[in-house]
Formats: sequence, C-alpha cells, structure tokens
Amino acid sequence: MTLATTTRRGALKALGAGTAAAALPLWARYAGAQSAAPIRIGFQKHATGIGATYGRWYERVSQAAVKRINEAGGINGRPVELVTEDDGTDPKRGAEVVEKFALEHNCDIAFGTLFSHVVMGSAPRAGELKLPYFVVSEGHHVASGALNRWTLQPGITDVKSQVRAMAPWVAANLGKKVTMIFPDYAFGHDHRDNFSEAIAAAGGEIAGLIAIPPTETSFTRYFPQVPAETEVIYHVMVGPGVLTFVKEMGEFFGPSRPQVFGFIDSLEGVDLTSPGLEFLEGTYFWEGNPRYAQPDQTSHDKAYRAAVGVDDNGASVDDPRDVSTYAHMFGCWETLNVIRAGMEAAGYAGPEDRQKLVEAVEAMTEMPLSDDHPQGAKVFNGKTHQVFGPQYISKVEGGRLNVVHTASIEDGMYPDEVDYTTQPF
Amino acid sequence: MRAAGLHLGLVGLLLAAHFVLPAYHHGVLARVMVLAAYATGYNLLFGYTGLLSLGHAMFFAAGMYGAGLGVRFLALDPGLALLAGVAAGALLGLAVGLLALRTAGVAFMIVTLMFAQATHLGILLAGRWTRGDEGFVLQGPERVVLGLDLGDAAIRYLAAWALFSAVLLLVLRLVSLPAGRVLVAIRENEERARLLGYDTRAHKLRAVVLSAAIAAAAGAAYALLFGYVGATFASVQYSILPLLWVLLGGAGTVIGPFLGTLLMFYLIDTASGLTPAYMLVAGLALVLLTLFAPQGLAGEVRRRLAPWLP
Repeated sequence: MTLATTTRRGALKALGAGTAAAALPLWARYAGAQSAAPIRIGFQKHATGIGATYGRWYERVSQAAVKRINEAGGINGRPVELVTEDDGTDPKRGAEVVEKFALEHNCDIAFGTLFSHVVMGSAPRAGELKLPYFVVSEGHHVASGALNRWTLQPGITDVKSQVRAMAPWVAANLGKKVTMIFPDYAFGHDHRDNFSEAIAAAGGEIAGLIAIPPTETSFTRYFPQVPAETEVIYHVMVGPGVLTFVKEMGEFFGPSRPQVFGFIDSLEGVDLTSPGLEFLEGTYFWEGNPRYAQPDQTSHDKAYRAAVGVDDNGASVDDPRDVSTYAHMFGCWETLNVIRAGMEAAGYAGPEDRQKLVEAVEAMTEMPLSDDHPQGAKVFNGKTHQVFGPQYISKVEGGRLNVVHTASIEDGMYPDEVDYTTQPF
Repeated sequence: MRAAGLHLGLVGLLLAAHFVLPAYHHGVLARVMVLAAYATGYNLLFGYTGLLSLGHAMFFAAGMYGAGLGVRFLALDPGLALLAGVAAGALLGLAVGLLALRTAGVAFMIVTLMFAQATHLGILLAGRWTRGDEGFVLQGPERVVLGLDLGDAAIRYLAAWALFSAVLLLVLRLVSLPAGRVLVAIRENEERARLLGYDTRAHKLRAVVLSAAIAAAAGAAYALLFGYVGATFASVQYSILPLLWVLLGGAGTVIGPFLGTLLMFYLIDTASGLTPAYMLVAGLALVLLTLFAPQGLAGEVRRRLAPWLP
C-alpha cells in the first residue's frame, strides 16, 4: 500500500542531496549514505510475566554480543543496534511487538524470543510481514514444521534433541526403569513423548508416568505413585513450585532414594545452595551449557563469561547472589553471531535483502567451536531451520554442578520433519 | 437519530482509516477492532444487564478453539469455522448461563471465574489436540476464504472492520429495542422488573448467550485473522481485560468499549516506549479515571454533554 508520489518539496530535497553528495569525495559518499546507518535488531524481551528472569539475562547477553560485534567493526561495516520491546511473555503482545519492529521501528530483523507460546503467537505475523525472526526458544515448534520460512532457530538446540540425547546415558549409567514426573501441559508432554521413545530405543523402559496439573502447589500426594521398581526419577518441573517439589521429594524418599535426573530449566536463575535444595546433592541435571566453569573450560567459554559479566559460578560478577540462566542464554550470543555471518554472506544492505539473509542462513551447516560459538560446535539443518549441538549432564556435588558427560551432536539428531526451503517466501 | 448518526459515523471513519493510516497503526486498529468486538459483547452483560462476569475469556476461547480446531481437524473453510466458533461460544454461554444465573452478585463473579478456570485447565489437559499452553498456528493456506487471504493486511483490516461494525450496530439496535430496555431495568432494579411482569431470568439468560456468542465471534476472528490459537487467551487475564476496557471507555454505552480498547492499547504501547514500568502508568491512568471520571470516557460525555448517548 505504499504510494509512489513525487512532490515538489521531495524533488528539491533529492536534488539538493544529490548535489551535496556529488561535492563529497568518493569514500565520504558511502560513509554518509545508507550503509552507515545502524542495522536494527528488534529484541523481543520477556521483561515482565513468567519469563522475566530469563528476559533479563537474555538482554544482558545480547547487549554483550552486540558490543563485541560492534567493536569488531559491526556487520558489513555498519554498527548494530538492539531495539528492545517487552512482550510481557504474552503471545498477543508478542505479535504486536513483532509488528512494531517491522513497521514502526524499521528493524531489519526480530530476535530473541524464548517462551514457546510467544514464539507461536508471533511467528505468523513475522511470516506475513516477511521479517526474519530468529528465536532462542529451545521449543520443537520450528523443526516440527509448525511455523514458516521466516522463522529460524540457529543458536540453541530444541527440546526433542535435548531429551533424545539424554536417554542413552541415563539407561547406561543410572538405571533402565524410569519414572517421569512432568507438568501436564505441552512442554511436559514433549518430554514424556520424546524421552519414552528414546529410553526404549536405549534398552530401558518407562516404569511410571506422573503428570502434575499446572495449578498444583504441593506434590506430596504424587510421590507414593512412583512404582517401587523405579531405578531413576526423571523430573522436569518448571515454575515457582520447584523449590517445594524438591523439598517434598527429599522428605518422601529420604536417604533411600532412587537415582534422580532432571532438567535444569526449573532451576535457572536459582542458587543451588538455596535452603531446601540440599536433597539435590548427588543428583544429575541436563545443562545446555555448564553453569560452573569446569576444569577443562575452553578459552571461548572464558571469553564469553568475561564479556557477559558472569563469574565461574555462573552468577553476576557484580552480585554473586544474582545467578544467571546460563544453560540457555548462550543461545542469544550464538544467534547474534549467526545473524552477523548470515548478513555478511548475503551482502545484507537493508530490508530488501531479508530473503537473501534467510537463504544465507539456510545454506549454513558446520559451526565450529569458537568465540562465536562458545557452548560447542554446532551443525545447522537449513531444511528444518534448527541447529544441533552438544548437551551436558552434570552432577550436583558440594552445591555445584560438575559435568560428568557430554552428549555428542549426533546423539541429539533425528529425522527431518519439514523442509522449509520448499516453501515460497 | 443522533445516536445512529454517531455510530454510523464511527463505522464510516474506521472504513476511511483503512485508506489513510500508516502500516503500523493500520495493523493495530485491525486488532483493536477485533478486541473491541469482544469488549462490546462483554459490555452487553456487564454495562447493560449489570452482571459482572469474571470468566468471559472462556467464551473468547470457545470461539477461538471452535474455529481453530475446526480448521485444523475438520479442514473447515474459515467462514464455516467462524460459525463453528460462534456456535461453540453460544452453547457454552447457554450451559454456563443456566447454572451461573442461579446465583447473583459476588457469587455470579466467582462462579463465572471458576467455569473459566475449568475451561482453561480443560484446554491445557486436552493438549493432544490443543497443544496446551503452546497452542498452534493456523497456516496461511488454512486462512483463505473465497480466494481472500485473511493474512493480507487489507483483507484482515476489512474483515475486522466488518465484524466490529456488525457487532456495534447489532448492540446499538438491541439496546434501543424493548428487550434492551428490559436489560437496563434488570440492572437498575431486578425486583421491580420482575414485579412488572418480566421474566428476568429468561432475559438474563438471553443476554449471557448473546454476550458469549459475540465474545466467541471475536475469539474466532482473532484465530483466523492472526493465525494463532493458544490457551493464554483462556486465562484469567483475558477475562479481566474486557472489564478494564469497558470501565475505561464507559460501561453501559455502545461506543465506550471501542474507545476503552483503543485507549488502553495506545496507553501501554506509548508508555512501554518511555519506561519499563509501563504497567504502572496504565494502572495510574485507571486509578485517575476511576477517581475523576468514574463512568468512563463515553459515560462522562453522556453525563456532561450528550444525555442522548445510548
């Protein structure tokens, strides 16, 4: 609906600008032209609502990544600017924010969404507005084919990959009869379905499935449902109830507990030495990225921690009580580096090159371990728009998490469920 | 006559806005019109009948899922999906109305809130079909009706305009009819209305069903126009929002819900650009309004300038 009209004032302006530009030396003409304007990245931040803890750290990491990119000369010689809008961790507001990025803020791309329902609510609008939308969500929504060609997840692995990569190690080291305790909604169902399949493939079996209703605040009545033959409890509780959950699990099992394996998601941003979490000692966790600096820490992780301002315990260097969401937030850092690489490969100059940017990212495959990818090497699948990478299993020892196993990229791979490259733009 | 002119003027103005608004505000107004239809339906029950529901999100969600699941599993055409959504909302309205209208006042609020919570949990628990909290996307090809792509900005705006105009004019007509005046009589003094021979229970039930059907139409339209169906829209927050929009715009006025929805959107959108504490700004605005214009924007206009405003 853009009307191409020429007014007298517009024509005079253009003539004046042209005359002035012609009077400048050649280099200055380019420096002063469109190419010097910042590349604007719309950052969809969960500043309020249930995702606020993650949002704060996602922004901190994103700002650090942008600073590093700018110090290295920006993207295609242009500085990068983060335009932040709060989506309230709400799918309606998320869609509105995407519209605002594209139409009001004139952003080149949108980036940074974590919670799956916000991604699902926003992605259709990104697709309609033809705005490249880079999510850092770990949801399986992208690779499942539910979204569109403009939505990509190149900086963090998805839940299906994470869960599948855990099963062989759990079966081989903790036990073969697993009881799963999971929240009775989509995120929990993803765990239930994918882990049940993967543990069977690894020679194990599901001893029990205990679904906890989303409104539950006390869990005591669920633990007696754990079958006696259970060798491993697999828990993936999220939300504010997790501290109660752990405390009540400890009170129920006491010292004679089965092996316990969980996902760190619920304890992101939570100090493991918090009162009530003592029961976690000796249990195991999936971590997307090890919160505590390990003895074999890479120089890349060291540089990343320093840039973001996180100490060796995964807390803010300014405040040791301010624990980060370390297992997930690296995704923002890596995604922004993928965006830079994609824009450079596409020769990105402005919104007219958005399609080229998506095609350039789709063409990516190997992403080696580096300062750009400090969590580990990655393999990007251009067809499914999803990246695959290593996963970490850590044991709680002395109130800290020590990595005991690193699952390979291949452990988390699964057959393609979609080929977005066959969809029109 | 003046009332008809004013409301037709608004409908005309919104149509004219389609041709002149910049892209961002054009998209915003499309969404605001859908949500204003929801608020207008809510106002029929709250503003005109005096029944304060705290569970209207269940009707919005019934429309959204009635349409969304119809498209997803029955491959319904969007037109039929809209009807399926409205039917789902009206049926739920009938069932809830039959039970909840056995109560009054605070108990009615609590009962509607509980039904809405049950609906929300039901959607989460039926995750196999609804994908629970995550929800699901209606893809572009699923949202084409008579060759018109509802994802196209112009088509979406005009569809939202048609829905809002139909709801606005329907409610305007209704409140000018004797049946509408009975609703106001019930709001003012139900005992007296009953003494005058009106079957107030039947009138209230009709109001609940119509209000639910309008809310459901808005929910179905949201799914079809914006391509997303999710349980968040069934949460308590989406029951509170129409109440706020109506209070802001003016309860018991036909034009008020639209004004309230529009103002609230721009209040939050503008304040969020100025301060991270933008919800505080929105809250403060509501407190000030309650103190100095307790009847809402259109209500104040009616009180001070235009007593004829319906």
